[in-house]
Amino acid sequence: MKNEREVDLPEIGALGLARFAWRQLTSMRTALILLMLLAIASIPGSLLPQRNQNPMAVREYFANDPTLAKWIDRLSGFDVFSAPWFSAIYILLFISLIGCVLPRTFEHLKLVRAKPPVTPKNLEKLQGYTLVKGNGDELARAHEFFKKNHFRVRVQAGSISAEKGYFRESGNLLFHLSLILILVGVSIGSLFGMRGDAIIVTGERFINLATSYDSLNYGKLTNEKSLNTFSVRLNSFVAKYDPITNTPLDYSAYVTTEDEAGNLEEGVIKVNSPLTFGSSRVYLQANGYAPVVTVRDEVGNVNFQGPVTFLPQDSNLRSIGSIKVPEASPQLGFVSSFVPTYQRDPQAGAVSVYPELLKPRLLFSIWEGDLGLDTGVPQSIYTIDTTEMTRIALDSLAPGERFDFTGGSITFEKVEPWINLAVVRDPGKSYSLIGGILALAGLLASLFGFRRRIWIRIRTDGQVEIAGLAKNNSAALDLQLENFVRCVKGEK
Amino acid sequence: MTQTTWAYLSNNFVYSAMGVFALSFLVHAFETAWAVKVPAGGADQQKMDYSKAEKAARIGTSLMILAFLLLLIGVIARGLSNGHVPWGNMYEFSITGALAFTGAYLVALRKHDLRWLGLFISLAALLTLGTAITLLYRDSAPLVPALKSTWLVIHVVAAIISGGVFLLSNVIAGAYLYLDSRERGAGRPAWATRLPALEVLDQLSYRLVAFVFPLWTFSVIAGAIWAESAWGRYWGWDPKETWAFITWVAYAAYLHARVTIGWKGRRAAWLCLFAGSTFLFNYVYVNVWGTGKHTYSGL
Repeated sequence: MKNEREVDLPEIGALGLARFAWRQLTSMRTALILLMLLAIASIPGSLLPQRNQNPMAVREYFANDPTLAKWIDRLSGFDVFSAPWFSAIYILLFISLIGCVLPRTFEHLKLVRAKPPVTPKNLEKLQGYTLVKGNGDELARAHEFFKKNHFRVRVQAGSISAEKGYFRESGNLLFHLSLILILVGVSIGSLFGMRGDAIIVTGERFINLATSYDSLNYGKLTNEKSLNTFSVRLNSFVAKYDPITNTPLDYSAYVTTEDEAGNLEEGVIKVNSPLTFGSSRVYLQANGYAPVVTVRDEVGNVNFQGPVTFLPQDSNLRSIGSIKVPEASPQLGFVSSFVPTYQRDPQAGAVSVYPELLKPRLLFSIWEGDLGLDTGVPQSIYTIDTTEMTRIALDSLAPGERFDFTGGSITFEKVEPWINLAVVRDPGKSYSLIGGILALAGLLASLFGFRRRIWIRIRTDGQVEIAGLAKNNSAALDLQLENFVRCVKGEK
Repeated sequence: MTQTTWAYLSNNFVYSAMGVFALSFLVHAFETAWAVKVPAGGADQQKMDYSKAEKAARIGTSLMILAFLLLLIGVIARGLSNGHVPWGNMYEFSITGALAFTGAYLVALRKHDLRWLGLFISLAALLTLGTAITLLYRDSAPLVPALKSTWLVIHVVAAIISGGVFLLSNVIAGAYLYLDSRERGAGRPAWATRLPALEVLDQLSYRLVAFVFPLWTFSVIAGAIWAESAWGRYWGWDPKETWAFITWVAYAAYLHARVTIGWKGRRAAWLCLFAGSTFLFNYVYVNVWGTGKHTYSGL
């Protein structure tokens, strides 16, 4: 029937068409289809590497199959969760949800305030129909029962109709409205939030300024002015490992912090316990080793000195890194790897057999020429582009040792641990959390609440009629009707 | 007792539980076989003698309870062997998952006579434990720092129980589809005549999902709270999170389809199986081949 009416569209014109489209979009069926679409659309995001989670894997993808990768990239396959088509689905879904839920909420509010419908003429065909011999005060007892059990009642001449269980629809609506609240929280977070990463070596201080970050992302409606003032100095970093399985047991970064007011405080950051500064939280995300080296020229002038952060490659923290000395002429580069507990493997060469510094060793090859730092192409700090360079030497050092090569020397002074701090501000997260909790409450109410009506009427012959109607749980109504009948008879 | 002794003890109890599950499987197989036996007098199913099958069902259930208890001790001993809740790797998830699954069955048994399902339940538990102990076994080890949180207990226990009940509901939906297709064809096979009516199976599978869907929702929310304190964001579309979301959406669609659109029977059962398979996929694929933040060293 409905479809036939909708076929007559041409007469309705543009406004009618818009109304038709709106009605289609906000129908339950469309909302459900969009929900399923959202789930399906997120599948590629879990199968393909994502740029914001694993940029290295994306680069690898491009290297292995450039044509395929280019096509995947054109379809936003490496940024699924910020892709236009993904956004389109969830924006449509939430418009649909709002259009579906809001009218129902108003309707429901009206219904809750309204009195239950009048007692129908024929109760015989309704659930649990019972005839009770009356003696006069049945209606009063029934009224008391309804009041005690929180029914809404409509008292009529010789009969009462009572209704209960709007809880279910209330919960249902609360659940869906909460989903909207969660999305509001997500949007606030992505518009006004920020997230940045900074690597600091033991002894260094991180100051919350845009320039202190190695990478920094803002929400669309915020900028570096929103960074609040605080600093974190890494005094020491302690990593404990299980000597049998080599797995990490605990990471603790001991820090001195300074807040906006200039209060100095000692603190510890652990993996599951971040520090909080106002609206920003500071997380311990990664760690590794930074060999401290000094590079001198042939007359002993220092060309480079300091810690160089190396990138861990395996669970025993074999790490790779590069020491770049642009001050030397010609420029020098040390393509290096570092092992905290050195062992020689006949196949793999230098390997680490334990993640702690038991027998640290720095291995490197020395390259001479142009580091390519002036080309403007951004470079990884862990690797060196050696296309314009020649290798002049190869060696390995233990802490405190020095290696002399033509044109200078390198001294491996010591090793310091480094940590990666993530600074995150998400002003929307409390909305999402409240939304989540309310959604759960609404869900429980909607799944376990049930709506029912009970009627009682004194017939002209003095007999009392009782019947009920349940929307979704007739077994529970039977039980309640039994109690009700007993109460009306005065047995309870 | 040293930690290693606890670990050995745990292994022995898991092995014993497997043995008893196998026995329970055999007895349930006899239960099914005896139900087929037609007494002299013809194939009139109304007059069939089920007393032997009934006896077998009782023994099978007793064995199942015994296996559950043995497994429970195995899981607890595993926890004592490494000083934390036994949910640090996939082996531990699997044995706890099998425990939750059989537990859900035994609890459901108190209300409905599901003993005909015992054959599948014991087989599924046996397969899960077998896979766990042969392919997924890792020596008992301490937790990595990222897992050291109270939320591990809350988030994972909710996820494991949800998984157990989802799986049970799937088994019932599968049984529904099988019996339904048989009833459409030649009729129920003789051994299945004792099984509940299709409508009962249909309702039961729905009730289990409706009961456990809020728990699954809770598990996702608890995971998000934990992720906020461990990784600095409550939702990041990590593969595990993505598939948890897909499972959530699939079951949400299932509940909507049943409650709002009024789906029943075959279509609902297929949707239920689909939703359950997304959960299984999440467990197997993301843990074994995935790259996300939920993959911890060595499964």
